[in-house]
Amino acid sequence: MSLVLIAIGLLMASALAALLLSRDPRLATICGVGGAMLAGLAGLIPSLRILLAGDNESFVLAWCMPGGSFHIGLDAVSAVFLIPIFLLTALAALYGGTYLKPFWGKRAIGFSWFCFNLLTACLILVVVARNGLLFLMAWEGMSLASFFLVVFENDKKDAREAGWLYLVATHLGTAFLLIFFALLAREAQSLDFDRIGALAPGIANAAFLLAVIGFGTKAGFLPLHVWLPEAHPAAPSHVSAVLSGVMIKTGIYGLVRTLILLGHPPAWWGWTLVGIGLSSGILGVVYALAQHDLKRLLAYHSVENIGIIALGLGLGALGLSTGHPLVAQLGFAGALLHVVNHALFKGLLFLGAGAVAHGTGTRDMDRLGGLAKTMPWTALTFVIGAAAIAGLPPLNGFVSEFLMYYGALLACLPGGMTNPLPAVGVVTGLALIGGLAAACFAKAFGIVFLGEPRTDAARSAHECGLSMRLPMIILAAACILIGFGAPWAVAALKPAIAGLTSVPAAQIFGGAERPMLLLMELIIGFAAVAGVAVLLGVLQKRLLKNRSVRQAPTWDCGYAAPTPRMQYTASSFALWFVDAFRWILRTERRRSLPKGYFPDAAFMATETPDGFRELVFRPVFTQIRWALASLRWIQHGRLQLYILYIAATLVALLIWYASCL
Amino acid sequence: MGLDTLFVFLVLTSIVLLGSSLLNSSIRVVALQGAVLSFLPLLVMEPTWAGRAVFLAALTMGIKGIVFPVLLLRSLREANVRREMQPLVGYSLSLALGIALLVLAFWLAGRLHGIGVGISALSLTAAFFMMFTGLFLIIARRKALTQVLGFLTLENGIYAFGLTGVGHIHWLVELGVLLDVFVAVFIMGIAIDHISREFDHINVDELDQLKG
Repeated sequence: MSLVLIAIGLLMASALAALLLSRDPRLATICGVGGAMLAGLAGLIPSLRILLAGDNESFVLAWCMPGGSFHIGLDAVSAVFLIPIFLLTALAALYGGTYLKPFWGKRAIGFSWFCFNLLTACLILVVVARNGLLFLMAWEGMSLASFFLVVFENDKKDAREAGWLYLVATHLGTAFLLIFFALLAREAQSLDFDRIGALAPGIANAAFLLAVIGFGTKAGFLPLHVWLPEAHPAAPSHVSAVLSGVMIKTGIYGLVRTLILLGHPPAWWGWTLVGIGLSSGILGVVYALAQHDLKRLLAYHSVENIGIIALGLGLGALGLSTGHPLVAQLGFAGALLHVVNHALFKGLLFLGAGAVAHGTGTRDMDRLGGLAKTMPWTALTFVIGAAAIAGLPPLNGFVSEFLMYYGALLACLPGGMTNPLPAVGVVTGLALIGGLAAACFAKAFGIVFLGEPRTDAARSAHECGLSMRLPMIILAAACILIGFGAPWAVAALKPAIAGLTSVPAAQIFGGAERPMLLLMELIIGFAAVAGVAVLLGVLQKRLLKNRSVRQAPTWDCGYAAPTPRMQYTASSFALWFVDAFRWILRTERRRSLPKGYFPDAAFMATETPDGFRELVFRPVFTQIRWALASLRWIQHGRLQLYILYIAATLVALLIWYASCL
Repeated sequence: MGLDTLFVFLVLTSIVLLGSSLLNSSIRVVALQGAVLSFLPLLVMEPTWAGRAVFLAALTMGIKGIVFPVLLLRSLREANVRREMQPLVGYSLSLALGIALLVLAFWLAGRLHGIGVGISALSLTAAFFMMFTGLFLIIARRKALTQVLGFLTLENGIYAFGLTGVGHIHWLVELGVLLDVFVAVFIMGIAIDHISREFDHINVDELDQLKG
């Protein structure tokens, strides 16, 4: 516990130091990066210890704030969320130190590091806070710090608009959380989490809905995800990694904590979460398929993965409410492990996308290509991340999805749930999402890293330095490690699942030994296949060693002048999928087709705006704006009338008070 | 007896302010009100605090009775205005509203004195009426200088309320408030100067042109 406090203190101190030293970008960067990395090291120790030893700690300080107390606690659930926070922020800071170098002297580097370390401190506080007021303050600090990080390049109109959208969305979410905590505080007569006891069903249902909307806005549940594909690409890449890898997970953390606080869930909570998971997961990946901007594509994949986590939570809640403890344990285990996994591979992918942008100056996939030759390390780590996010064995994404598959299949089998519809939804949904995600990353990796460079920018790409490569390598290694260490990773989650299901940790996964064995067999089997492929590659290299190798264009069907622009593009690769989902995507296509026997210039461009933003939120907000315009007359800018408002209010209150005497 | 006379005098000076259009004489009336108010600590404070009471009284007299009028008269000369032209609320209507505010002040003072606030109902009446008058002047007049006078009257009301209404207020608090007001008037004087230089007038209702 004290190490977590030390980490928070280190982050705050280094944030202030970076702000004070903002005159000198080098010193500010050293402060920011050093503080974040030291804090990460300090914080990982107690988080891992809690998971392995399984005990809880708490710490209370007197705090002169009405309703508040500086009550923080560290249990296994918090630790599961803390590990990715500490690991990813430390690595992202190391990466960001170099990534931001081109901006030295042009942008407020010191302020950026101040916000980054403040964001990290608030992320930690959100996860360990055990008091509603402290939680909300940390939550708000997190939102504001991340807003300033998103608008880092504030001379770009896109970045400013993305920042605004994010600020509005996050505050609307917080408004629901305010009501949520006020409701709980009214029932429990305290804002401390440990005083919240059993609630009446009506209150608990209302609290659950408020939490789903409030936390769901941060997590990016459909249709509250609209800020996500705007804000993540606008931020610098190391910030995108933290936003997508861990910040949106605080929304999931909030939901998990809500499920613990509210106690036994009714079945419809599970139905709701499964429904949200299916819609976010499938639509998230479908939207991702239609994107050309690498970071936008990754941002939509965050929506997809949040959907997968929601599927796991929903399965867990269903298992609890229908009395299938093993289903519940597997669902929650899958969700929690996927939280960690997504932080690892999405952090890795965003850092990889940043390295590409750093090396070529563009994120538009149709302007890239062939980078595997010039950026081998980035390509290798990116492909590992891509395979992991697509849920392919033997990597970590497979492990968490396997747990969910197994839990859902158990619920479908005889002896499972009486109404297995949501479980069937989980199985089919996961399969569809996994397949589409694999297609999407085949597109992303293939277009960006394989083939020939499409532009000069891609041709002159350069590999990033060691301090940017190292974080990617560590994250890729962690993805492999969790894949091979699956039994240990799943076992480490037992105390956290015990907290969620109120079953002693020793009895978790009782009767599921055989499938765990199967999981291990699958992973080893696929690893063997991968090993054989690597061996063949080595063999090929060895055989070609002393022979002459000639490079020539591929067979061109007799066409004499192939150019790199004749390769598949991001749009044409995904055309089949985009067409299949045209009724959702509403992709706008502008083209002028070649005409005649000797055609001249022709072009085609596709654009896929977010349907929910265009068809739901924009009309609603336009209506609200129109309705509120009739109140404009109150805001006339006349000082005297403003003072009159204040004076009249005060006098009216005074009269009311005096007449009550 | 002496106290009641003082409170009646404070109420009367406030009424004069409501009906006066000459800025010059308004400044003098506010100065007079402040000077009369400076005797209040001597009359209400307990005998053991005599030294402090005399100090507070002298300071109040110095700031409210001498420094403020001198400062304000000087900025009046520099801004080159003599009258409050076209007030937002006319003088006769101001007086009528002032009477209504006085009734409200009497009623409030009666209710509050009923639960044991204040040394007398009349002291609270005077204090509330000065506050209301001050706020009214700020709202209903155009010239920046009258706004400062409104602010001073409001502060006079608070000062009187603090000395007679709350009882055990620490004299340091009163000193602090006095210092704040001193700084505020100083700054407002500078602001008036700038406004008159920039716009050739000191009408605050046209400041909304500054908004973006």
